Amino acid sequence: MSKEPVAVTGIGQTHHVAARRDVSIAGLVREAAGRALEDAQLTWADIDAVVIGKAPDFFEGVMMPELYLADALGAVGKPMLRVHTAGSVGGSTALVAANLVAARVHRTVLTLAFEKQSESNAMWGLSLPIPFQQPLLAGAGGFFAPHIRAYMRRTGAPDTIGSLVAYKDRRNALKNPYAHLHETGLTLEKVQASPMLWDPVRYSETCPSSDGACAMILTDRTGAARAPHPPAWVHGGAMRSEPTLFAGKDFVSPQAGKDCAADVYRQAGITDPRREIDAVEMYVPFSWYEPMWLENLGFAEEGEGWKLTESGVTELDGDLPVNPSGGVLSTNPIGASGMLRFAEAALQVRGRAGEHQVDGARRALGHAYGGGSQFFSMWLVGAEPPAV
Amino acid sequence: MPEILTAPLVVEFPFTRSLGPVQSAFLTGLRERTVLGVTASDGRVVVPPAEYDPVTAEEIRELVEVGTAGTVTTWAWNPAPRRGQPLDTPFAWVLVRLDGADTALLHALDAPGPDAVRTGMRVRIRWAAERTGAITDIACFEPDESTGDDGRTREPVAHDGQFPDLLTGITAPARLDYTYSPGAAQSRYIQALADRRTLGERCPACRKVYVPPRGACPTCGVATSTQVEVGPRGTVTTFCIVNIKARNLDIDVPYVYAHIALDGADLALHARIGGIPYDQVRMGLRVEPVWADGAFPHSPEDMGAAPIPDHYRPTGEPDADYDSYKELI
Repeated sequence: MSKEPVAVTGIGQTHHVAARRDVSIAGLVREAAGRALEDAQLTWADIDAVVIGKAPDFFEGVMMPELYLADALGAVGKPMLRVHTAGSVGGSTALVAANLVAARVHRTVLTLAFEKQSESNAMWGLSLPIPFQQPLLAGAGGFFAPHIRAYMRRTGAPDTIGSLVAYKDRRNALKNPYAHLHETGLTLEKVQASPMLWDPVRYSETCPSSDGACAMILTDRTGAARAPHPPAWVHGGAMRSEPTLFAGKDFVSPQAGKDCAADVYRQAGITDPRREIDAVEMYVPFSWYEPMWLENLGFAEEGEGWKLTESGVTELDGDLPVNPSGGVLSTNPIGASGMLRFAEAALQVRGRAGEHQVDGARRALGHAYGGGSQFFSMWLVGAEPPAV
Repeated sequence: MPEILTAPLVVEFPFTRSLGPVQSAFLTGLRERTVLGVTASDGRVVVPPAEYDPVTAEEIRELVEVGTAGTVTTWAWNPAPRRGQPLDTPFAWVLVRLDGADTALLHALDAPGPDAVRTGMRVRIRWAAERTGAITDIACFEPDESTGDDGRTREPVAHDGQFPDLLTGITAPARLDYTYSPGAAQSRYIQALADRRTLGERCPACRKVYVPPRGACPTCGVATSTQVEVGPRGTVTTFCIVNIKARNLDIDVPYVYAHIALDGADLALHARIGGIPYDQVRMGLRVEPVWADGAFPHSPEDMGAAPIPDHYRPTGEPDADYDSYKELI
């Protein structure tokens, strides 16, 4: 028996900001879930199961927050699952939900991911005072910056590529009312003049810290037929993992990322991702990761990713728009960031992305990664149902 | 030093909580010696109040005031209170259904011993002298000997949730006490540092040398038991210049955070580079450890003044060819 085709019929997110002091964590997730239900024109009673994800409990210091959120998410009397795969969690959470529908375990599933960074301190959570170790690291930027330098050395990319990505993503965010950063006066010169935090990573090439949540309603063919708006159909989805550090690890282009993309393309029947995919939402917390992932995901040959960025291919009106939503560089509620990539891909193929709609987007890739470039999750969604 | 090291690891942080409308009213109410609940869609009064209906998931906002005395629905004796618990003498954890409420609230009951506690007993709130808008504004419960109509609220009374200076957020300090052990392999590594030696371990399957060792090869999944001395010199494979000061670090910025492939190691370790201006550090730079007396921070005092590689400095050798270390980046 083949898998049940999975449709995305509802998408909701909060207006992401630095601090939502007016709501509890429950109130925050509720907003996103409510908007997803409204989009799908469903009620809580229509939901068969809830799959929730967030980054480490350490970040907000609420142990197993899914327990406390059961009533806010209408999960009483229903199965509720929690997923955790560090920064990629928003993506893997959606995939777990999609698999429940594909396997015909449930017909309609609410999936949601969140982070309330104003109640947390991610930099602290990632830099605990472990005995017998010299504390050295200053947050995630310090971890990833040396790998960016390695990419620059390996490819000979000009120093300016990172600033082009940041400038593009922040301009895209101006078209997205849900994005956290709306830097109306930003210029390329300002990006290039912003302070170096973790050389070679500048302040303006770094993601913000956001409060936000994202929710999606995933359903089967029957549910899709009843949906008030065109659904997005899942054509492929995959996750891959590898250790954080091992001899032979390629931090610039991790094998797990390549394998994950290859699996998704195989499921979706994609042989030439550069030509066959119309829009990409990839997890770019530091601007240089756009060219790095373009290569890792097979959109460019090794060493050539930066040329796509430099030539404008990844602009909103380019041949392969990357991060039309403004991306993680403009909005980063960590746990939700992966799901926001998946949701934006779905919005694009549903034609419901508003001002940041990519004209004629029929197939889009959503991508997330997490940990020390060790967890990868991706899905490919299309405007048409998959061939069964 | 012991064969396998251990050290205390304290993880603590003052988390903040945005309360939202319902918890805001509830906690501000406690400050004003008022206990609020919320009426659910089935008419039950939920105390402490929830934001969303436990049955229908609908938003519920109909606040009511309930009594400050109630009935114990179940309990457990706590013979050895720990730091941060409501009382520092033995007490009972109790679930109390306050008068007018349909659900029970978890708190502490001040009682002389377990014989003095029973399900069904009447208790009342002992308010804290100083109240800030926190669950600890209820210092604890105490046995309530009074009977009959003493003027206390018995039925829930509608409440608008409004108080002067409504609290919208609280600080919730959290602390976890661990005993941390780096395990056998890293203990061997740390103890060798005392002799100014850097010990890696070789995987018997893939022959790769891990520094610091973890006791197992993450690729092959087999134990590494052969120690291999590596370094002391190595090559900077990549690095960044850190310009922002982390709150838990007392290193002056800017400093260079580098990946260093020690000679003989198959992956880089991470360390600070010194003895050279930060803007002259480069990939391929040859470096050696600078040993400093004094144990690692956050480590037990019985580590003594064993030397550790505080940072690495240039050796003065010519830079390594890119091809010689590119596989280690």
